[in-house]
Amino acid sequence: MLTDLQTGQHVHLDADGQLHVHDHGHTHSHGYEHSHSHSHDHGTTIRLEHDVLSKNDRLAEQNRGWLDGRGIRAVNLMSSPGAGKTTLLERTIRELGAELGIRVIEGDQETMRDGERIRAAGSTVIQINTGAGCHLDAGMIGSALRQLDPPPGSTVMIENVGNLVCPALFDLGEQAKVVVASVTEGDDKPAKYPHMFRAVDVIVLNKMDLLPHVDFKVAAFEQTVLTLNPRARIFHISATQGTGLDAWYQWLRADGGKKKL
Amino acid sequence: MHELGITQEILAVVMERAEDRKVKRIVLEIGKLSCVLPDAIRFCFDLCTEGTIAEGAELEIIQPPGRGCCRQCGAEFALHAVLARCVCGSSDIQWLSGEELRIKTMEIA
Repeated sequence: MLTDLQTGQHVHLDADGQLHVHDHGHTHSHGYEHSHSHSHDHGTTIRLEHDVLSKNDRLAEQNRGWLDGRGIRAVNLMSSPGAGKTTLLERTIRELGAELGIRVIEGDQETMRDGERIRAAGSTVIQINTGAGCHLDAGMIGSALRQLDPPPGSTVMIENVGNLVCPALFDLGEQAKVVVASVTEGDDKPAKYPHMFRAVDVIVLNKMDLLPHVDFKVAAFEQTVLTLNPRARIFHISATQGTGLDAWYQWLRADGGKKKL
Repeated sequence: MHELGITQEILAVVMERAEDRKVKRIVLEIGKLSCVLPDAIRFCFDLCTEGTIAEGAELEIIQPPGRGCCRQCGAEFALHAVLARCVCGSSDIQWLSGEELRIKTMEIA
């Protein structure tokens, strides 16, 4: 279910791709298309050679085209639950929101808590509740973008469901992928979740203020990350204390916080 | 887990092509570098096929290794895991294949 926190309205996408806006709660169901097969034999065996993620990838490319055409930059922000994505977003919005025209799409299984925090921080936000779903997908983002209607040149931050596994698999049409890791999670997480750390452009290492209290070896963490992903940028920050954010802000600005049309 | 949604997607495609005929066998290709766990797909498959034309169908999963190309020395080699090193010592490996998630064939009655 998709909630526009500005109006309180609930939105769903019907099977024909039409957005319906309602004033009361509604279960969001997907109108899945069926993918096309590429070839088939006569007889009992049918050769499909069907790429299972092709539908999501197609919708992601549609999103990408929609965003590029408007000069809007989208960032897919991922992490395990509690690493500090929302806190980082709150601070980024307060300090850079106006300059970059930040809007937010929030993903959680349940509640609008994060959406409300983002709204209180000063950004327009759409909350997606996935129910049992463990990740956002391109279809959900397409609906949310249409509802959000970000202006040309703005920046859309997509806060994915807290999960280090599944979101890496699902292209949303974003321009960049970011993972927030924290020093309280252990320096072995890149080795344990290699797909995520390999897929991202940026790793934000958060809660650096707690480093004296945990057994986290920054050098070991970075070495594993750079083994998996030699081109990744790594920023050391504390979202609560406000330290180390300059490099993150510089990356947001320089990599196209506001793309020129 | 994402395997549930993926399994539902697989069955949606299979059942559309089967057109009410009984499905006897489905062959999937899940690359060794894929984020998708074959065991989780098997678990979800049993759940999702209950009461459908695919109930009781045999599920075969082929797991091809990936192929990588070392960005340092250009060597190409098979990849069996996400963290890999070239013989030259570099870990900067471009993945050429290995993330397949494909329905290869299906057999109907």
